[in-house]
Amino acid sequence: MNTIFSINGPVVKVLNTKTFSMGEMVYVGKKRLMGEVISISDKETTIQVYEETSGLFPGEEVISTGSPISLTLGPGIISNIYDGVQRPLGDIEQISGAFIANGLEVSPLPVDKEWDVTVLVHEGDELVPGQIIATCPETSSIVHKIMVPPTLSGKAGKVAPSGKYTIRDTLLTLIDEKGQEHPIGLTQKWPIRTPRPSKSRLPISRPLITGQRILDTMFPIAKGGAAAVPGGFGTGKTMTQHQIAKWCDADLIIYIGCGERGNEMTQVLEEFGSLVDPKTGRPLTDRTVLIANTSNMPVAAREASIYTGITLAEYYRDMGYHVAIMADSTSRWAEALREISGRLEEMPAEEGFPAYLPSRIATFYERAGYMVNLNDTEGSITIIGAVSPQGGDLSEPVTQNTKRFVRCFWALDKSLAYARHYPAINWTTSYSEYLDDLRDWYNANLGERFLRYRARIVTLLQEEAQLLEIVKLIGADVLPDDQKLIIEIAKLIRTGFLQQNAFHKEDTYVPLEKQLEMMRCIWYLYKKALLVVNERHIPVTAIAKTGLFDKINKMKYDIENDRLDKFDALRQEIDQTLAAMD
Amino acid sequence: MSLQYVGLKEINGPLVVLDKVKNASYDEVVEIRLDSGEVRTGRIVEIHGEKAVIQVFEGTEGLSLQNTKTQLTGHSLEIALSPQILGRVFSGAGRPIDNLGEIHATKFEDINGRPINPVSRVYPRNYISTGISSIDCLATLIRGQKLPIFSGSGMSHNKLAVQIVKQAKIGDGEDFCIVFAAMGVQNDVADYFKRSFEEAGVMSNVVMYLNLASDPIVERILTPRCALTAAEYLAYELGKHVLVIMTDMTSYCEAVREFSSSKGEIPARKGFPGYLYSDLASLYERAGIIKGKNASVTQIPILTMPNDDITHPVPDLTGYITEGQIVLDRALDNQGIFPPVAVLPSLSRLMKDGIGAEYTREDHSPVANQLFASYAQVQDARSLASVIGEEELSDSDKKLMVFGREFEKRFLNQGDSQNRTIEETLDLAWELLSILPKQDLDRIEGSLIEKHYREQVFEEFNRG
Repeated sequence: MNTIFSINGPVVKVLNTKTFSMGEMVYVGKKRLMGEVISISDKETTIQVYEETSGLFPGEEVISTGSPISLTLGPGIISNIYDGVQRPLGDIEQISGAFIANGLEVSPLPVDKEWDVTVLVHEGDELVPGQIIATCPETSSIVHKIMVPPTLSGKAGKVAPSGKYTIRDTLLTLIDEKGQEHPIGLTQKWPIRTPRPSKSRLPISRPLITGQRILDTMFPIAKGGAAAVPGGFGTGKTMTQHQIAKWCDADLIIYIGCGERGNEMTQVLEEFGSLVDPKTGRPLTDRTVLIANTSNMPVAAREASIYTGITLAEYYRDMGYHVAIMADSTSRWAEALREISGRLEEMPAEEGFPAYLPSRIATFYERAGYMVNLNDTEGSITIIGAVSPQGGDLSEPVTQNTKRFVRCFWALDKSLAYARHYPAINWTTSYSEYLDDLRDWYNANLGERFLRYRARIVTLLQEEAQLLEIVKLIGADVLPDDQKLIIEIAKLIRTGFLQQNAFHKEDTYVPLEKQLEMMRCIWYLYKKALLVVNERHIPVTAIAKTGLFDKINKMKYDIENDRLDKFDALRQEIDQTLAAMD
Repeated sequence: MSLQYVGLKEINGPLVVLDKVKNASYDEVVEIRLDSGEVRTGRIVEIHGEKAVIQVFEGTEGLSLQNTKTQLTGHSLEIALSPQILGRVFSGAGRPIDNLGEIHATKFEDINGRPINPVSRVYPRNYISTGISSIDCLATLIRGQKLPIFSGSGMSHNKLAVQIVKQAKIGDGEDFCIVFAAMGVQNDVADYFKRSFEEAGVMSNVVMYLNLASDPIVERILTPRCALTAAEYLAYELGKHVLVIMTDMTSYCEAVREFSSSKGEIPARKGFPGYLYSDLASLYERAGIIKGKNASVTQIPILTMPNDDITHPVPDLTGYITEGQIVLDRALDNQGIFPPVAVLPSLSRLMKDGIGAEYTREDHSPVANQLFASYAQVQDARSLASVIGEEELSDSDKKLMVFGREFEKRFLNQGDSQNRTIEETLDLAWELLSILPKQDLDRIEGSLIEKHYREQVFEEFNRG
């Protein structure tokens, strides 16, 4: 029998044993706390425990399970809310009330629920890894596809007919080439730290449309890409993630609340239940999985929650879905690594973080991608990871190492947030390397002018940045009028275009066509006003008095998302107002 | 009768090591009896086989390797609870220190608490009127929220906390109580709070846990946990709305650091242990509202930023966990403005869902946004003025300068006795915003401007 020798926070050690394997899941103590083997030597085996170790005695038994920590994958995942190791929090509430107790064993999936299964294969069929053998509607927006586990192939033995089944039933037996029989039901297991295999990686070619102007227009993220959202507290990381989770055009959202606030998860739960997916018209919860490991829940499970999330995402990607993961926040995950590493007395690298931090971050983000799956469907995983830099300082290790492995960087800015300019994404320090990959898509779907207007707007903002350097020293009054106009128009771009009101019913989600029209309108105003300034020598202040700038500023509210024809009238108004000036 | 262990193996700072222990569990409480008859309490913080590392709450002064007998109690640290704790004063470790005798406990609770299941939480929405314009309008306090005050040494954070207690309408009538936890504060600060509670006539609804600056640091680590356990009991067992004031969190974190370094742990930033975030979260996350209970725990932790540095680990980690922060500003404090709330970095995350027509007034959110945006512009104008002189500023910048001064003088500066209703606060905000031209109010919808904008104020300020 293996027994506990030492206990230090979430770290437990067992002496003189050779029975454990690395990464194996174990049960610790009489309360059967969940744990994972994280280091082995001939003298001692170290285990991180996913639950509170208070009250544990040395000498209590540690039970080996023989398998690595794994998820149960099958219908019933969507709309659920899990802790970091796939225990449904709703079921935990049933057992232990409002406060979470230790050592609870609950099934990750509803055991007795009957699913309407349509079986797609017949006895004697040749089965390959990942092949879709049956489907069942999981929620109103997602059809669940039951697949052959990636590790198995062979011939279908006895096949059950279509009908109602629970996750305990067997659909068919698979006979592999050695003649061994494997029963296949609605579920399969997969270890969280191993990426699920796929056939090949496709080049990035399609954007993940979010309806957020500064993202879609300025710094687009691609399906299959990875983005980081770094920002100090109060700059709006969580709001940005919520907005993307609500409105982006992925089929499925996995929202990982990793070491964040409990009330925020409650908000997601309440809000997503009442919001409607613009694509399907169904409640957002029908396409969302929540993983909530709040900051006061055990730290080891926080470390696992990121992997739980990405493994769920890969499972749905294998069905041919486009999945977007929001990880809020990856810094808390890195800190969990640091905390465990500290307890193991490992040699720290930067700021106490372990030396393997960069490689862990890299392996996580590399699980994003646009893939051809084993069953020849195509699916993608897009990762959007929030980073909470210490002291808001972007040079700290987590931000810097994340920056190396993502191609899209949305830097949140404290001074923008202080002025309540949301989303507080800084347009000079942020970037997206996906823009070139997505150029063809934008040109094909919105015409070449979309990126042309974007380029013009970027130039205006850059010119403004340079002019503001001068203004800071000598004031705006001394600038010539054409430069004053640039400042006014750039201000318009900032407040009228980049700033977006998440709480306004029209402005919270803006289709690409309207984004295009808005840019076009701003550029139109700039060109016309420049003529007025240069040829008729009318000062910019006079144009400002006409209220035109104000009018354009409020077009995001005044013009409904489905009334783009109103933009023609707006441009006419620009012409008339300017013509009427003397 | 359980075993007694004679002597110790090692003593190091607040830690002692006991050898050849049987049946000790992690986090268990032990009693250490000195030969002099004194009894101290400790907690097992690490176990290595038969060796147990014990943290002694009262400090290790006077302990030797021979003069002690240690006994295991078989449970983790618990405090006695009953409805009688109201009006009482306890030490940081939860023992009565007001000479009114022991508590007749109806219940013992583990001070570490257990995490609230996110599924069981209710999203906080009910706004608490504090009567302070800068808080009510710009960083609204919501019932069930954790909203810290970031201050600095010598600033008037205590006065602000007392004013909030006096003016806040947290619950209806007697369903309301206050839990006060003092960690490493001076004796006169604790006295000031006690006196103020008495003056406000709420002392019978207050529970105090005091760990003063001279008290042992290990006890300081327990203080907020005792206080929050009492708060949870009062809220979820007795159905009260509880406001927890915890001061000073910086002292608490320093105690955690001291303890960590004596355990020989690897430090992260500025010597604080890597688990400081999780540790603070285990306190702050105990604020909230639970489904099916008409009760809440609202927290106002107070911390002093060392050297007024908001990027110091303590305010930084706190800000990442709490739902916003109220930051005090040294420059405003020096000008005699009270409360000296630094508007721009202050924030309430829960505000957006707890204000508006249903709770306060329809124009609340746009007005707050406009004040933030305009006041941010004031800062730009001021830095420009410091270079080129105020005379050289453009017209609109000059108006901003006037707005900034009036805003600080009339809106922020309200003194410690004025109690403004939200209507008064919002009306005052409109009066100040009307100093600026209508078209500059770009965060407010036209219809609201038509309704509330005061032309005569604009004319008054722009006559000359």
